Amino acid sequence: MSTDADHGQHHDHPEFSELSPMDARVRALETLLTEKGLVDPAALDAVVERYETEVGPHNGAQVVARAWADPAYREWLLKDATAAIASLGHVGRQGEHMVAVENTPERHNMVVCTLCSCYPWPVLGLPPVWYKAPAYRSKAVIDPRGVLADFGVTLPDDTEIKVWDSTAEVRYLVIPRRPEGTEDLTVDELAALVTRDSMIGTGLARSPERVTP
Amino acid sequence: MTTAAESLRQIAAACGDALPLPPRGDEQVFVAPWQAQVFAMTIVLHERGVFTWPEWASALGRHVATGAPDGSDYYDCWAAALQDVLAEGGIASVDDVERTTQAWHDAAARTPHGRPITLEG
Repeated sequence: MSTDADHGQHHDHPEFSELSPMDARVRALETLLTEKGLVDPAALDAVVERYETEVGPHNGAQVVARAWADPAYREWLLKDATAAIASLGHVGRQGEHMVAVENTPERHNMVVCTLCSCYPWPVLGLPPVWYKAPAYRSKAVIDPRGVLADFGVTLPDDTEIKVWDSTAEVRYLVIPRRPEGTEDLTVDELAALVTRDSMIGTGLARSPERVTP
Repeated sequence: MTTAAESLRQIAAACGDALPLPPRGDEQVFVAPWQAQVFAMTIVLHERGVFTWPEWASALGRHVATGAPDGSDYYDCWAAALQDVLAEGGIASVDDVERTTQAWHDAAARTPHGRPITLEG
């Protein structure tokens, strides 16, 4: 889509600087929006820092671990995920409605966004590269079992795979199955078993013996 | 407006069923500072009510539907979608963006290496 391949290729003044086409374009957008008073550069830095450091899959892992350990919280999460997640301090900036879907022996859940890349940012941070790739977005719908195989996950043939298509209004969080042999673990120890992929549904929670002590 | 089903058909036609293996190991959220900037501008503009998330998803979806199969141009699509919604909203025209982009290239070309690039001067 870029038509800028020929721009910025003048190397006759190597002592001077050069911006990539996208760098210059995004600086231009920021300049125009700042001039109009619509964005404040300091606020942009705060947003980036928040998404790079504060928000990430560890938030979602806390939600899942709590649901495993506390049946009342699990009930609440399944009934009203937006409120149950907000109660742990993970509030979305987009006002999105969260829905938690629970994996069982009978049904495995997987999340995709076929339109673009809607993703539960408050609990999982920014989406991984593959989630945004058209190949994942189409194959997850057409052949979810094949996608799981690509991720090294094999489920019994009689386990139904349900694919949830995120929208700008509704974001899904998968509650993976609690691994065997975790009865004595604390919530924090449980959270360490919950991977990002397991909350998208392209992976499973780790087994405790596979976690390095 | 592109519906999800239309996008999906386009995506499926473009890449078939070959799923590239997901990247493993270190996955940086942003591989260049401009990606973080364009992401943050979108968040801030949405908070100010400049557009709704469904409007944004539709604009982004149009570009992502014709983007690279591996998603490597995802933030290029994001920047193009932002330009679309700003032009549609009468906030920044295509000409405004082109002119200011060129001003940044010109500013870089007169800035010695190692010095911050600014539009002034």
